[in-house]
Amino acid sequence: MQRVTRDVLVQKAISLLSAGTVDRVLGWKAGEFSYDVTPYVFKDAEALKADFVFDDFCGANFSKYLVKECGKSEGKVLVFLKPCDTYSFNQLLTEHRFDREKVYAVGIPCDGMADITKIREKAEGISEITAEGDGFCVKTLYDGDVKLTKEEALAERCLNCKSQKHVAYDELLGEEGEVIDSGRFTGVEALEAMTPDERFAFWKGELSRCIRCNACRDVCPACTCEKCVFDNPKSGVENKAIADSFEEKMFHIIRAFHVAGRCTDCGECSRVCPQNIPLHLLNRKFIKDINGFYGDYQAGEEAYSRAPLVNYTTEDIEPADAVKKGDGENA
Amino acid sequence: MSMNEFKPKIVAFCCNWCSYAGADLAGNNRLSYPADVKIIRVPCSCRVNPMFILRAFQKGADGVIICGCHPGDCHYTSGNYYTRRRMALLFSMLDYLGIERERTRLEWVSAAEGAKFSQTMNEFVEAVTALGENKRLEDLRCKE
Ligand code: SF4
Ligand code: SF4
Ligand code: SF4
Repeated sequence: MQRVTRDVLVQKAISLLSAGTVDRVLGWKAGEFSYDVTPYVFKDAEALKADFVFDDFCGANFSKYLVKECGKSEGKVLVFLKPCDTYSFNQLLTEHRFDREKVYAVGIPCDGMADITKIREKAEGISEITAEGDGFCVKTLYDGDVKLTKEEALAERCLNCKSQKHVAYDELLGEEGEVIDSGRFTGVEALEAMTPDERFAFWKGELSRCIRCNACRDVCPACTCEKCVFDNPKSGVENKAIADSFEEKMFHIIRAFHVAGRCTDCGECSRVCPQNIPLHLLNRKFIKDINGFYGDYQAGEEAYSRAPLVNYTTEDIEPADAVKKGDGENA
Repeated sequence: MSMNEFKPKIVAFCCNWCSYAGADLAGNNRLSYPADVKIIRVPCSCRVNPMFILRAFQKGADGVIICGCHPGDCHYTSGNYYTRRRMALLFSMLDYLGIERERTRLEWVSAAEGAKFSQTMNEFVEAVTALGENKRLEDLRCKE
């Protein structure tokens, strides 16, 4: 269950539409199944009443949709933003990717979103999922009803939520939360503690499953390039041609590097990866290194802040020392 | 190729204003460095996109070194400061993926440092020779 209900959001949307503040609403709509909620642009109250959805499966971060949606009409678009989404919102503003004047942002509290992959691990043949108390009741084809606590179904990014605080909005529904320390770097630290051989084996196991669907890039609010390097057939990694270690690493290193310093750790890439590759472990390595080398920096916390890779000091750490510090040798 | 005669292929990105001139000076002074170091001249060390480095490994390099003007001496004022940040993060990431950290290096070599250029290259080649062939970032499609 979420603290704000669907009806409250629908009411808000309808009142903003009828007041003329906005002329369309970026929201969630049911997909083929109850759990694959899908982003949708609503244009009138009827559609909102009939199809608007807000439940534990509304993980999609709407910030990136603003890039394309903003230019589509003269009026403003209403967007609902969870705390983590507001960081991406700020980061996109920083990069001048959409027109702030064309958006009306409503911050909504979030109690953590469920990840269908987690539920699938525990319940096979899902036919229906309903919220029950503080968890879920999953009807399955083979095992009858499976009960899950919310924690068991929570998305990875929500288990490691970095903030319950909205950093950008025009209006806030509910109470403001706080920035939290959820120990999101423990996964990175565990890898750093391994030997290079173990790390290589770990990443080979993970990255070799990549089918190069590009979903991680397509969903990422930091990946809004109109021409992406990976669409170039000459990149050699535009599709998965051969399973060698280079091709896998090239894509993943470059994708993560392109968003280094700009990735807000919104968690969308890991959420959408059909192969469950822990992409956050790459992104967070960069975030952790940036914090360690150049001082704490949270992308998106403040709009128009200067990202660490377009900045420098004359006293920056040398790469050779950085590598040592990176694995905690002389941290 | 047997291991005894393994000669690493090294790609050295050298900035036009300092390190490339440093390499020139090394040549003029008849200071030697291994012939397997292939120099690629770039306008500034900052021109080296991380993709270039991975691409070099893909095409068969066993080690990649980037040389630029000393901090504070960049012909374009601040290019090498950005290089320093990028490479710190990139090298650390390569290490995180289990790729030998000795295969990549960043060095500051001025136009007056012919001796440093030759010494740096000799040391780097030695370190990469000890590691052997680049296996962890090779692209089988690019093998002869
Ligand atoms: S890389 Fe992943 S976590 Fe980072 S901004 Fe993009 S989608 Fe979000
Ligand atoms: S991977 Fe790089 S080039 Fe492609 S969209 Fe992301 S940032 Fe742009
Ligand atoms: S979403 Fe997953 S499988 Fe698809 S390209 Fe990204 S890492 Fe690979």
